[in-house]
Amino acid sequence: MENIISWFRECFTDEAILSAIGVTFRMAFFACLISSVSGIAFGLMLERFNFKGKKLIIRLNRTLMGMPPVVAGLVVYLLLMRRGPLGMLGWLFTIKGMVMAQCLIIVPVMTGMVHQHAVSKVPAIREFCITMGADRRQTLWTIIKEMRHDIYFCVVTCFGRSISEVGSVMLVGGNIKGRTRTMTTAISLLKSQGIFTEGVALGLVLLVMAFIIQWFCDFLQKEESADENY
Amino acid sequence: MKKKISAVLLIFVLCFAMAACGQYVPAADESTVTDTTLTMATTTSTDNTGLLDCLQPLFLEDTGITLEWTAVGTGEAIAMGASGDVDIILVHAKASEEEFVASGAGVERFPVMYNDYIIVGPEAENTYGDDLESCLKAIYDGQLPFISRGDDSGTHKAELKLWKAFEIDYAANPEYMESGQGMGATITMADEQQAYCMTDRGTWLSQKKNADMDIELEIVCQGAKNLLNQYGVIAVNPEYHESIDINNEAANAFIEWICSEKVQALIAEFGVEEYGEPLFFPNAGTDN
Repeated sequence: MENIISWFRECFTDEAILSAIGVTFRMAFFACLISSVSGIAFGLMLERFNFKGKKLIIRLNRTLMGMPPVVAGLVVYLLLMRRGPLGMLGWLFTIKGMVMAQCLIIVPVMTGMVHQHAVSKVPAIREFCITMGADRRQTLWTIIKEMRHDIYFCVVTCFGRSISEVGSVMLVGGNIKGRTRTMTTAISLLKSQGIFTEGVALGLVLLVMAFIIQWFCDFLQKEESADENY
Repeated sequence: MKKKISAVLLIFVLCFAMAACGQYVPAADESTVTDTTLTMATTTSTDNTGLLDCLQPLFLEDTGITLEWTAVGTGEAIAMGASGDVDIILVHAKASEEEFVASGAGVERFPVMYNDYIIVGPEAENTYGDDLESCLKAIYDGQLPFISRGDDSGTHKAELKLWKAFEIDYAANPEYMESGQGMGATITMADEQQAYCMTDRGTWLSQKKNADMDIELEIVCQGAKNLLNQYGVIAVNPEYHESIDINNEAANAFIEWICSEKVQALIAEFGVEEYGEPLFFPNAGTDN
């Protein structure tokens, strides 16, 4: 037990590990922020508007929800490489590039989940708003407010996906120590060095952090529903 | 009524399918039991260059043993040997190999062949000739980007040894990066970043030939004495792992086979046709 505690202490003072944790969260935060905003917008838009080819788009989106991360990583790598179409950005092997690859994975997931929830909830809310004489903006606001628990859940899921992802991050980020090495790529490196104990310990740190975030979100949600009951 | 009939039919079909599987499985088992398999942990360089792909069918023909290998970094390969997950290891980090044998996990180390390391970078070919010291000093002094494997592999260890030999504090170079990935991935990265890196010649030649994108880097330094890279083969000690079944017989057969004159001659020829120069230089019996 003492060994474990001293290891954790060492781990939180080790610069390389701290930087991996920092990179992981910076990347996950931006990836999650961008995909949440666009995913919620796309999801609600898909529910709201009817147009030709909508079914096809929904089907395509479901296909993309199952896209293997390495494929997303490969696509973004090819876009960002020096001789690629976006090579002048110089985003390859940077956190920006990693965020881009992650958005490619997460936006479809977010869109799909929000759309699914919206289909089952929004029609009733909209009817109610129209009956009450709300204008379009008020209606949209009410929809978002009424759906916030579902949206919470979607965002937490996507954040989890983001911090746990390794394939695309390895390809696009390049696992450069101190710059683009995340906790997951660090674990994969430790495994390749045959250092299993530290790999497992780092995995535990990742799990504990995921748990804390989950718990924090739950807490926020409970807080709000408690307010409502008064 | 129709539904019931179709359900009964479906169950029949499933039963038949299962019965068919049941008959098939033991047949498959028999064929694998008669053959022996040798599992090897080796470094990415022997796999990336295709040397093992070339040797495997010949080994099967000569001995009836199927060679299966997993290509990982030297650190992991040795760890796999130490935990008894493989029967034999073929790696290139002399000090770690000797340690592996000294710990009792390996039986004996046999030198097999060597290849050499080169420094590649975004400069004209042979800028530094065989003057390794001035090459590394130029990288350090000019704070030029250098991508290291950083994965505790044989190549990584050899690179660290070189910096140390010339007393250069490589970590003080802000453009010194660790990729933590295999040799091929590191070369691609260095090319992308227009950086320098140290690689074995085999991986370099095959990468340069096979990669879809032209690699723009050139060999800037080669031929120095401390760039030689010796490979050794070690059978995992069956007595070290009492509860695990280690195929020591097959491992010994492989060692004898790869050190034989015939196979050594094959190694010397390997790659000449494709790349115009050999990738490995056999030297069983001697050492570097």
